Amino acid sequence: MNGMSRIVKTIASITFPLVMIYGLYIIAHGHLTPGGGFQGGAVVASGCAMILIAYGSVWTLGKIKEKNLSILESVGAICFITLAILGLGFGTVFFKNFLIGSEIIFGIIPSFGSTISNINTAGVIPLMNFAVGLKVIAGLFGIVLIMAYASTRRDKY
Amino acid sequence: MSFIDFLLQHSPALIVAIPLLGAFLTPLISKINNRVRNVFVILIILITTILVMLLASDVFSGNIHTYVFGSQDLTVPLVRILFEVDAMSAFMAIIGSILLLVSVIYSWSFIDENSGLDKYYTLVLLLAAGMFGMMLTGDMFNFFVFLEITSIASCALIAFWTNKGKAVEAAFKYIVISSLAALFILFSIALLYGQYNALNIAVLGSVIQFSYLDKIALVLLIAALAMKAGIVPMHMWLPDAYGRAPASVTIILIGATQASLYGVFRVCFTLYGNTINLSSASIGWIIVLLGLITMLIGVAMALIQSDFKRLIAFSAVAEIGFIFLGIGTGLTLFANNQMFGLIGTTAMSGGIFHIINDSLDVGLLFLVAGAVYYATKETSLDKMGGLARHMKYTTIFFIIGLLAISGIPPMNGFASKLLIYESTFQLNPILSIVAILSSIMLLAVFVKVFHSAFLGPALPKFNGVKEVPKTMLFAMGIIASIIIIFGLFPDLVINNIVDPAVNALINYSDYIREVIPTFTGGF
Repeated sequence: MNGMSRIVKTIASITFPLVMIYGLYIIAHGHLTPGGGFQGGAVVASGCAMILIAYGSVWTLGKIKEKNLSILESVGAICFITLAILGLGFGTVFFKNFLIGSEIIFGIIPSFGSTISNINTAGVIPLMNFAVGLKVIAGLFGIVLIMAYASTRRDKY
Repeated sequence: MSFIDFLLQHSPALIVAIPLLGAFLTPLISKINNRVRNVFVILIILITTILVMLLASDVFSGNIHTYVFGSQDLTVPLVRILFEVDAMSAFMAIIGSILLLVSVIYSWSFIDENSGLDKYYTLVLLLAAGMFGMMLTGDMFNFFVFLEITSIASCALIAFWTNKGKAVEAAFKYIVISSLAALFILFSIALLYGQYNALNIAVLGSVIQFSYLDKIALVLLIAALAMKAGIVPMHMWLPDAYGRAPASVTIILIGATQASLYGVFRVCFTLYGNTINLSSASIGWIIVLLGLITMLIGVAMALIQSDFKRLIAFSAVAEIGFIFLGIGTGLTLFANNQMFGLIGTTAMSGGIFHIINDSLDVGLLFLVAGAVYYATKETSLDKMGGLARHMKYTTIFFIIGLLAISGIPPMNGFASKLLIYESTFQLNPILSIVAILSSIMLLAVFVKVFHSAFLGPALPKFNGVKEVPKTMLFAMGIIASIIIIFGLFPDLVINNIVDPAVNALINYSDYIREVIPTFTGGF
């Protein structure tokens, strides 16, 4: 698949950072607002897919290899399960939210009732959102990349 | 608290978590070396098997294990994800772990020549996690999620030999049937959740009313799970999938199919346990009839096949019919206390014992078919002949599988089939006549295979054929030795692992009382 016209490339370059920020925002605020790792990851991956369409799969494959994406995907999944197993190690049971109430990170327990949302809450849930987000970004973008590459191959023959 | 106690307490979660962790570590580890990766996967499955055995040995002594994710204890109302392991779940998990262990050992040489093996092993471990999750979970929605994981992983594994178009076709058939079944299950879960505001099997079982909507949900659940288990009107995906997948995958697919069967029993006996007096006679007869059709059509179709693996796949369909016949007979008599004590428990032990026998016998035959394919690159029975001259160990394993699947005395198939014949004869003689007829026809099918593939003069094109590598023989040897041990000491197996599983299904109130201590229904 070849790249599209200069207009498309320019617009894609301008909108790409905005899409990234929006997707990463959804991942980071997964425990406070609607959305989360999967939804934000899908937004980021579709931003990457936009670049892929604008610049073409050959150019994109020169920038990023699908092998690296598959490693990133594995890392996301491993992080998720490791967090769950850490609940067994530091807490008491599998999937225990061991960070909640601790002083380390995301440890604050908000007061009951209507409060201003605080990002430093919810324990391991934001971390799990990050892990899922990483997995979804790498996974979805990897699939799109492979499909685009496969269609290039068909053009050739 | 000692380390063993710690492992025992957390084993329901670890049995699912360790294969899942292993699945995602495999792509990273396969960057090092192929041999390291194979050892790693076998190690992961071995650890899981040890945990399953540890958990099962405790469960069979009478304790039901519950495991709440993310919290120490049960809270009412129950909003958390819950794993609940009773003897039936543990029994199924033992089957799953044996099949998995054999499969990964067999894969070492069998699949070695192919590329993309890191993905293969990742999918095998994902399939393992999904299968164990289905068997151990105590939550309907969780069951659906694990069913989906199992379906997607199996679909990709069936299509592993993508260079053969038929494998892709089989995988497509499988994913269509699976998605349909999964949607049925999701819909029935929605029906139950809408009425009772609960997803937990024990909680649902304690409040279920057998209203009109519940009946619809029951029909959908049984239809969907029977679809996944390959019961006859919905069996067309099974011969394709079993026949086209690599033999090492087929043997795990047997485990995944048995997990769906387990779902049928869990739904009939535990989820609808409280209303079983209303439903048992009609549902029981439906299951018995499905079992009969499955046996007859499976065997009749197996007789006319000329492809080795497809033939075994159809006999696997027939074997599932025996399980359905046994359990259905038990369910039919469930409401009738006097009759149930006489026949019902025997029929149920026969049915449940046959689950493990079926997986081992059919599994061994598939491994033999895989070994023949590995050595000769040939699947059509018409083009084989005289292989006993080149592959003597494989031939011995085939004879063991042949005797076991057709229920000849020294093997394990005899014990469970005899229990089924005895009990169904007292319910209705026709049932046992059909069962014996199918069993004899199975013998005929495999004698035909034995004659055409292994006996006869040596064919010149097979001159270079050698015995398969040692790891494959070792994997087949594990199953063959279990078959012989089970066949020689069936009473030991029935007393120690089958009867607890039967009791766990019958005494559904224990399962419910583990979550809701105040529950008073049941016997």
